[in-house]
Amino acid sequence: MSIQAESSLARRRVQPRGATTKRVNNNWRFYLFALPFTLLWLFPVFGVILTSIRSKEDILYNGYIALPKPITFSSYIEAWVQGNVSVYLLNSFLITIPALFATIFLSSLSAYALARIRFRGSRWILMLYISGMMLPYQIIILPVFQLSVALGIYNTLWAVIFVHTAFQMAFCTFVLRNFMVTLPGEIMEAARMDGCTDFGIYRRIVMPLTLPALAALATLEFTWIFNDFIWSLVLLQDDSLRPVTAGLATLIGQYNTNWSVVVAGSLIASIPTMIVFILLQRYFIQGLTMGSVK
Amino acid sequence: MATTGVQTETPSVPRHKTSAAKRRTKQPFNFTPWLFLAVPLLIYLVWVVEPLFYSFYLSLTDWDGVTNPTFIGLKNYQTLLQDPVLYVSFLNNLKVLSVFLIVPIAGGLGLAVLFNRPSRMINVLKAAIYSPMVLSFIVIGLIWSWFYLPNEGALNTLLRSAGLGFLAQSWLSNAQISIFSVTFAACWRQIGYVMLLYLAGLNTIDASLVEAAKVDGANGWQVFLRIIFPLLAPITTIIVIATIIDSLQFFDLVYIMTKGGPGYASTVLANFMFTEAFTNFRYGYGAAIAVVQFLLSFIFIVFYLTYMLRKGADNL
Repeated sequence: MSIQAESSLARRRVQPRGATTKRVNNNWRFYLFALPFTLLWLFPVFGVILTSIRSKEDILYNGYIALPKPITFSSYIEAWVQGNVSVYLLNSFLITIPALFATIFLSSLSAYALARIRFRGSRWILMLYISGMMLPYQIIILPVFQLSVALGIYNTLWAVIFVHTAFQMAFCTFVLRNFMVTLPGEIMEAARMDGCTDFGIYRRIVMPLTLPALAALATLEFTWIFNDFIWSLVLLQDDSLRPVTAGLATLIGQYNTNWSVVVAGSLIASIPTMIVFILLQRYFIQGLTMGSVK
Repeated sequence: MATTGVQTETPSVPRHKTSAAKRRTKQPFNFTPWLFLAVPLLIYLVWVVEPLFYSFYLSLTDWDGVTNPTFIGLKNYQTLLQDPVLYVSFLNNLKVLSVFLIVPIAGGLGLAVLFNRPSRMINVLKAAIYSPMVLSFIVIGLIWSWFYLPNEGALNTLLRSAGLGFLAQSWLSNAQISIFSVTFAACWRQIGYVMLLYLAGLNTIDASLVEAAKVDGANGWQVFLRIIFPLLAPITTIIVIATIIDSLQFFDLVYIMTKGGPGYASTVLANFMFTEAFTNFRYGYGAAIAVVQFLLSFIFIVFYLTYMLRKGADNL
């Protein structure tokens, strides 16, 4: 929806309109504030990066705020190999990728039915999904835990994949349905006249037109599922199955006196979502404003 | 989530050409939508809807997680209401909420207004400010735990070099302030997010309105107070409600930064529930805590949903 709205809305911004000289002057003063502010804002990140390339002894003698002497990447190797971050990161992908595809694909099916087919009960089903959007996850933790035990998938990646798929479905269905409702109906009617089935319309017309929304949603869901902590904490027991969020919680237990390893692990763990953010920032922001509040 | 009000115009599609009732009588039962819905709806019902209701039942049982739950009526709730940790946790949730209602909204709005200038350079700065949003709470928690390290930690060192050494302390193990230290780390992420939403909102404000006000002699502050802020009201409403619901779900940061400590000083409801269930193996009791937490947020969830539905009514 917002994607359409955005393209159709005139991109006018509220901005100070004065004489050119005044604006240049304003900009100069603005940067004088904005640049140091942004650097200060990211200070913890810079500090953590510095700590990650220093040795334990260096930190011990010179404190946390000091330049590295010498620069060493041993903490990264320690976190990656002994700290198991390599395994954790792989698990994160093994959970995130299938859950992401499953939830978006299944949501697009429901969304199509709810947006483009008129049938009895559609309103109720839509309400069911919408109610799930704001559901605090705590209320379903214990039954889901029990369910995964009953289904024999407790302590497997399947349990985490399933719960993400189901839990994210509410939001994805809602967003995709709202997008599909705005698609022009004429093409679909024409296709129907030509004998196209609903599934054909879904596959050949609606899905291609929904691509921008799918991209935005996928970007957003990737970071959400990747960054999730609680479900792997509840549903996984073996250290070798943990995704990187739960893995880092283990790492801090192991290395609580060696912060350079802990922060090196954290930095490695952030690379995937950071890459997504840098490359797909536009989609990420569209997704957030389209779906807002999370 | 949902239509946000970030976009003000929704292309409405005339779908109801014939009344639904008329069609229903004419047409036989239509299987097609159910073919689309079968699999997703089944998964959703099994993993989300049924667990929601089952939680209420579990809260009425004594369950160790291994044997079958035994029904004990309202006993868990009786115990819970006498448990001091419940009140400590709830108070901490309220502390989180009060900080969350002020700092990110004021900070995010302020930054959005300041940074709302079209320029490549500013886009980079904006992205830098909301980049913490893509970090997991665990990573944010670890970064800030590093920042808060006691004794010669980064924040203490900075304070000392700024001549504010008297403020230096153990940020996460001081019972008076640990919950606020944790909340502040959350604000670091939240401010960028709120800023992003407000920026999107500012984008939809018609510049001619602002210009007209300026022509009429309004100064910058008046324009903000009388025009921009009221026009952003829908976004503010959504942010406020979502903030309340989020504050009641606060978990990851507390878990990774303080484990709820020292003692129970920074425990919030979600951590209380997690500890009772998965550390003390009192699952029934944990379910009761979850239900209380759910009921506390329920009223706001309903409020949020009706607000969203009303706003998107033409679209439903």
